[in-house]
Amino acid sequence: MKRQGRFAVGIGVILASLGYFAFVGYQEGRAYYKTIDEVAAMGDDAVDTRLRVAGVVQPGSIERDGKELTFTLTQLVEDVSSSMVVAYTGSQPIPDTFKDGADAIVEGHRRTDGTFAADHIQAKCASKYEAKYGSSAQHPSQVPMSGAADSASGGSY
Amino acid sequence: MAEFGSFAVVLALTFCSYAMFALFYGAKTGRRDLVKSGEHAVYVVFGFVTCAVVALEALLLRSDFSIEYVAGYSNRDLPVFYKVAALWGGQKGSLLFWSWILTMYGALVALRNRRYAGKLIPYTLGVLCVTSAFFLLLNTFAANPFERLAMDHGDGVKHAFAPPDGKGLNPLLQHPAMVIHPPMLYLGYIGFVVPFAFCLGALLTRELGSGWIRMARRWTLTAWLFLGTGIILGGRWAYVELGWGGYWAWDPVENASLMPWLTGTAFLHSVIVQERKNMLKVWNVVLILATYLLAIFGTFLTRSGIVSSVHAFAQSSIGTYFVVFLILMGAFSIYLVLTRLEFLKSDNQLDSYASREASFLFNNLILLAACFAVLWGTIFPVISELIQGEQVTVGAPFFNRINVPIALFLLFLTGVGPLLAWRKTSFESMRRIFMWPTIVGLVIAGVSLALGTRSVYAMISFGLAGFVTTTLVSEFSRAARARRRNTGEGMLAALVGITATNKRRYGGYIVHFGFVLLMIGFTGQAFTTEGWGEVKEGERFTIGHYEFECLSIADVEDPNFVGMSATVAVYRGGRKLATLAPERRHYAASDQTTSEVRIHHTLAEDVYVVFSNVNEETGKAVMQVWINPLVQWVWIGTVVIVMGTLVTLLPNRRERAVTRQKEMVERLLAESEKVAS
Repeated sequence: MKRQGRFAVGIGVILASLGYFAFVGYQEGRAYYKTIDEVAAMGDDAVDTRLRVAGVVQPGSIERDGKELTFTLTQLVEDVSSSMVVAYTGSQPIPDTFKDGADAIVEGHRRTDGTFAADHIQAKCASKYEAKYGSSAQHPSQVPMSGAADSASGGSY
Repeated sequence: MAEFGSFAVVLALTFCSYAMFALFYGAKTGRRDLVKSGEHAVYVVFGFVTCAVVALEALLLRSDFSIEYVAGYSNRDLPVFYKVAALWGGQKGSLLFWSWILTMYGALVALRNRRYAGKLIPYTLGVLCVTSAFFLLLNTFAANPFERLAMDHGDGVKHAFAPPDGKGLNPLLQHPAMVIHPPMLYLGYIGFVVPFAFCLGALLTRELGSGWIRMARRWTLTAWLFLGTGIILGGRWAYVELGWGGYWAWDPVENASLMPWLTGTAFLHSVIVQERKNMLKVWNVVLILATYLLAIFGTFLTRSGIVSSVHAFAQSSIGTYFVVFLILMGAFSIYLVLTRLEFLKSDNQLDSYASREASFLFNNLILLAACFAVLWGTIFPVISELIQGEQVTVGAPFFNRINVPIALFLLFLTGVGPLLAWRKTSFESMRRIFMWPTIVGLVIAGVSLALGTRSVYAMISFGLAGFVTTTLVSEFSRAARARRRNTGEGMLAALVGITATNKRRYGGYIVHFGFVLLMIGFTGQAFTTEGWGEVKEGERFTIGHYEFECLSIADVEDPNFVGMSATVAVYRGGRKLATLAPERRHYAASDQTTSEVRIHHTLAEDVYVVFSNVNEETGKAVMQVWINPLVQWVWIGTVVIVMGTLVTLLPNRRERAVTRQKEMVERLLAESEKVAS
């Protein structure tokens, strides 16, 4: 039994260090899903928190300047529309599915002036694949194993 | 044709239910005739599902848009190649495809074991039929791909209609890799159902000797090969098609395929301990069960859209079916294991850290830890919503933080494990075996530091790669030299000779070498540089060591799309390396814009160029560039792994003779015990 105890120590050390890595990674990578209203209500508390916000790209609001891009994200909750100006600062190209009227998820931080600095955009065209015939979404990330087809940002592996 | 297809699915389900009954009841009561008829029903089921698949393909090829599935995933101008592939382009079709592969595997198991007289195979086939029945139920009721389009004109009656053209296959999926990649993954996912069926068959019959484990191992290896190849093909597709410069993003759908692959890898290793030392029996059973449940869970995750639920992905009812099926199968499996624990006793114990057993133990421990971390990270949004009431995602940093050290530890074990002796390795022999590999590893780590590597992980990775490669070379050369002394053959003939006589061992080493190459490729990610430039014809920009000159910006036309291409020349140190012409395309049928990436490949690094957009004010092209070192080694490593796995899968005459003897001894022992009692 003593021998088995020795192995328990090794296993414990490995699991503990993996647990530590998991914790550090969680601290770095976690992001909270919030609605546009919730982000506004959070005020300056939201500045340090990584957020994911979903909404619709307001038609006509996209402005590109080279690689810089700003647009307005809107969300309709019970007939009340709220909106937020988003500046994309990420290093990855904008996904091809990102355009006027597209469903988008932005990830990043709220700035003190109330705008949102996103370093990651996911987008999908809202109407095309689901509207008319659609029971099942045929979207890259819903197609078997296609990976992050709509994602503007990959992981490092 | 649609009615024919629907009907074939219903008949398949009927015969599948009959096969289930005949196989279980026949085997339980010892009625050979019933078992035989059940086996025949397994072939019939495969035949009917084949008919259904042919019917759906015919509808796709004939562009019959009165069928919802055809209208949703194909269009008239779609090349024939992709019309065929549209079978797995959407949910309903791919679930039918699932059933087809599964029933094909069932027929194969029946065919390969047609002369088998015991109980194990009938039970195994019965379990396969249970899973087939579940998917055929989905094909019939929840996701029938043969449904016709119908619309209510406001009179409460559904009227059939056919749109003039279909919505087309997503242009991102119109890529050759996308045609092979899903079938590969499916062959892998579904392949894991077979070892599970053997395992459950063995648990049900209490025949938990070496017979089932041998068969389960070969099937697991096959499934593992398909799944692994499928995963990498998906990465390759993402890399060359999606234009974000990488091949892996820890997307839920990717994670879903990785999890059963990790537990499958763990099983392939720990099964060796059971074969050699009669240990870890419960553990192996648990691994097989977990792999199966993760494979089904993966299908569920992909198909239900539960994880990306904030996205308004259409939630379909099949999610509930999957949850119920998973819970039932999981609970039943756990019950079986708990009631059969006495048959799964271990004959040996662990002795020393410096033993082969211990290295397998740690291999399994961290593979499972990786799997658990991936599972946790993937379903974390769902869990956090249940517990905290808000969705929290963890993202790539979480997955990388935990999986990079795990991968490095695995690489270390790859070098150490195979060289350690069973039970205990003396300090003296450890010094003899590992002295040179350690020196080589340290030298390489030192050289990479001197050459400017500043990432600790990358340095460790290169050092370990050198360490493992040295151990592998020494293993091959030692055995080959010994053989040459006996046979007098040349070195190459001796290398082939040793591999042929022990395919499992040396095939395994080849796989390990492939893993080393794969890790070198992954490590390249630590040195990626990216940047962008805004240019018009004749202008230049610099990224990393490379200079880019825009030669021309031109329109591209094609019946399928309209687009623009930007031709750039790539220079390094003033020397022209390549001319690349990335494009932006707009597909009319699906109203989607895509980037056509162009890549200059070398073994050292890839130059990856994306035509990002045109700046409307200046009319200049925005070019996005990634310099990705060592990426090619990911694909090369995969090819090596596939070759090594194929070597281990080759039939091994000597091994087969040994296992036959072993099984005969087991059977005699069991019979003599029966007589004695």
